Amino acid sequence: MPLLELKNLKKYYATQKAVDDISFTLEHGSIFGLLGPNGAGKTTLLRMITGIFFPDEGEIILDGQKFNPLEDSLKIGYMPEERGLYKKMKIGEQALYLAQLKGLSKSDAMDKVRFWFERLEMQTWWNKKVEDLSKGMSQKLQFVTTVLHEPKLIILDEPFSGLDPVNANLIKDEIYGLKERGSTIIFSTHRMEQVEEICDHIVLVNLGKKILDGTVQQVKHDFKEDVFKITFANKLMPEHLATHLFEVKQKKDHELVLQRHVDYTNNDILQYFISKGLSVESFNEILPSLNDIFIHLVEGTKSVTRSFQKVEAV
Amino acid sequence: MNKIFIIARREFLSRVQKKTFLLTTILVPALIFGFYALIIYFSVKSEDNIKIAVVDKANLFGGKIENAGSDISFEFTNKDTALLRKDVESKKYSGYVFVPADYNVLGHDRLTYHSDKATGLMTQEKIRKKISSTIEDKRFLSLNISKAQLDSIQSDNDVQFTTFSGGDKPSRAGVSYAVGFVSGFLIYIILFIYGTMVMRGVMEEKVNRIAEVIVSSVKPFQLMMGKITGIGAVGLVQFLIWIVLMIGLQFLLPVIFPGMAEQMQSQPIQPGAVQAVNTAKSSGLLNSLAQVNFPLMLSCFLFYFLGGYLLYSSLFAAVGSSVNEDPQDAQSLTLPIIMPIIFAMVIMMKAVNDPTSGLAVFGSMFPLTSPIVMMARLAHGIPDGVTYSQLAISMILLIAGFIGTTWLAGKIYRTGILMYGKKITWKEMIKWISRKN
Repeated sequence: MPLLELKNLKKYYATQKAVDDISFTLEHGSIFGLLGPNGAGKTTLLRMITGIFFPDEGEIILDGQKFNPLEDSLKIGYMPEERGLYKKMKIGEQALYLAQLKGLSKSDAMDKVRFWFERLEMQTWWNKKVEDLSKGMSQKLQFVTTVLHEPKLIILDEPFSGLDPVNANLIKDEIYGLKERGSTIIFSTHRMEQVEEICDHIVLVNLGKKILDGTVQQVKHDFKEDVFKITFANKLMPEHLATHLFEVKQKKDHELVLQRHVDYTNNDILQYFISKGLSVESFNEILPSLNDIFIHLVEGTKSVTRSFQKVEAV
Repeated sequence: MNKIFIIARREFLSRVQKKTFLLTTILVPALIFGFYALIIYFSVKSEDNIKIAVVDKANLFGGKIENAGSDISFEFTNKDTALLRKDVESKKYSGYVFVPADYNVLGHDRLTYHSDKATGLMTQEKIRKKISSTIEDKRFLSLNISKAQLDSIQSDNDVQFTTFSGGDKPSRAGVSYAVGFVSGFLIYIILFIYGTMVMRGVMEEKVNRIAEVIVSSVKPFQLMMGKITGIGAVGLVQFLIWIVLMIGLQFLLPVIFPGMAEQMQSQPIQPGAVQAVNTAKSSGLLNSLAQVNFPLMLSCFLFYFLGGYLLYSSLFAAVGSSVNEDPQDAQSLTLPIIMPIIFAMVIMMKAVNDPTSGLAVFGSMFPLTSPIVMMARLAHGIPDGVTYSQLAISMILLIAGFIGTTWLAGKIYRTGILMYGKKITWKEMIKWISRKN
C-alpha cells in the first residue's frame, strides 16, 4: 500500500489552472523529487498535500485513508519555501510551541526538542532569540521543527537554500537517516544535481500538468540519446572515421564522444575500432543529466512567461 | 479547540512577558494620575503670599476684607500712590488697590489693582472674588437687604426633572452624561488599541513568513481565533490592572498630597448660606452617582467590550492578512474599518444627550456602532435610556455581528495570509469571500 496517493487533483485559480489533473503515488520509505519550473504549480500541489488548500477536484489518500488535514497534521512535516520563525521568540520555546501545535503533548514535545537539539548540537541556542541566529542556523532550526514530531511524510521545499556545504551535508545525512527510520520525503527543488544525488523517484510538473514520472534511473534511460564515450590506450587515432555507424560529437587526443546511429549496436562500433587496430581502453554510455532532461522538456513551453488564461469556474 | 488555546497562550504570554507591557500597564495610569495630581496641585496652590496694599479713602471695606483660608492678605494704609508704587517695586507689596473717596457702592465704578508684573489668572480670580464679595455685602447693607433674604429669593432648584418610571427621584442627566461618555470613549479606545494590535500581529506573521509553517499544523481560522483571544486576554488583564491601580492611587493621592484635600474644601470661600447650597448640590451629585446602576454598567461594559473587540479585531486581522510589507497599504485598507468606529463615536456624543432619539436607537442596535453607542444610552439607566427589549436585541445583534465578521474575516484571512508580493484590493477580497471553500 502506498503512503500517499494523489488522484486527479485539480486546483484552479481565477486566472490560472495551477494544478490540472495530477495523479501519482508515493511508496513508503522513499525520497521523492517534485520538480518543475517556477510557477509550474508545485507549491499549490504541496499546499494541497499539507491540507493548507483544498483541491477543487480529486482525492488525496494518506496511509490508506482519505486525507483529513486536521487529524493528519501529526503525520506530516512541512518546510515551505516561504518559511520563517518568530523573530522575538526564544529558540527552545519556539521549537516547543511548533511541536505542540502539531499535536504533541508538552512533555513529549520537550523530549523530542531536547533529542534533536542535542543531535544537531544546538543545545546552547535554547535561550537565544531567532533574530540573533545566522541564516544557516535558523535554517537548521527550521529543519528541526519540521521533523521533530517524526512525521511519516516530510515535505521539504528547497531545504538547502542558504546552507553552506558542511551544514547541507549534515541535513542531507539527516534526511537519509529519516528515510531509514521509515519516513517518506518529498523534496522540491530546482537544483537537479541534488535531485540526482538524493531522490529515488521523481515527478516533473509543468503548466500544472505532470509530464514525467519515474525512478531517476528509469527517466535517464528513457531519455538517453545513445551517446557513448570511448577512450583508447594508444594516442594515435585515424583521421577519418566511418560516418555510417556513428556521429562524432567531441574529439580529444585519445578520447571520443559519439552518438550511435539507430540501426547499429554497440558491438558494431567496437568491432569497427578493433578492426582499425586501436586498443579500446573504456567504452561507456553517457546518460543525460536530469538538468538536460529538465531543460529539454520545459524549454519552449513558455512556462517562464506562463500567460494568464481565463478559466471557467468549476 | 486545544490548538486555539495553545496559540492564544503564546500570544498572551509573549505580550505580557515583554518589558513594554509592564511599562505601559503601570506607566499609563501613573502618568494620567501624575498629570491629574499636578493639575490639582497647581490649581489649588496659589502663588506664595500675596500681600496687597489697600488705600481705602472711601472707607468702603471698613478696614477689613474677608480673607480666611487663603494666602492673600490685605493691608490698609494711607500712603500715597507714588510711595506705594515704590513699595511694590521693592517687593514689599505684590500690588495695591486705590479706592477713591468718591467711590459709590451702588454705582458701577471699578476698582483697579496695580502691580509691577502681570498677575496670574487664578490669583486675579481670587482677588476679584474677595473684594467683590465684600462690596456685595456693603451693597446689601445699603439697600437694606439681608443675606438670608437674598438666599430665600434666589433659587436655582425650582424645577426638577423626573421621568414617569423614575417616580419622585430626580433625573440625573449630568452624571449619566459623564458616565456614558467616559465608558463609550473607553470602548472606542479599546477597539483602536487592541484592534491594531491584532492587525500588527497578523502582519508580523505574514512578513516573517511563519504563517505557512503554522497553517500546515493548524487551520488558518484557528490561528486567527487564537491570536484574537490571546490579545483579548491581554487587553482584559491590562484593564483589570488599570482599574486596580486607579483605585489604589485614588487612596494614595491624599497620602502623597496631605494638604490638598483640605485646601480643596476650603477653596470656595463664600458666606455660609451659599456654601450650604453648594453642599446640597454636591450631595445631589453623589446621590445621582449612586443612582447609576454600576453592576449593570460594568457587566454591560464587559459584554460590549468583548463583543466590540471580537467584531472589530477579526476585521483588523483580515486587513493585516491582506497587507504586504508596505504599511501604507494597511492605512488605505483600515479606513473602511475605522470609519464606522468614528461614526459610532459621533452618534455616541449625541446619544449621551438624547438617549432615545432615533439615531441613538439605531446606533445602539447596529452591531458596528452598538458597543460604543449603547454605553451612552445605558448610563441613563433602564428603562429611561434604553428598554430591556432594546438591550436584548442589541446584544443578540452584536453576537450575530461578530459571528458574521469572524466568518467573513476568516475567509479573507485564509487566502490573504499566504499571498505574497501582490497588492490586494477590496474587489479581490470580496471575491475571496464569495468563493466557496
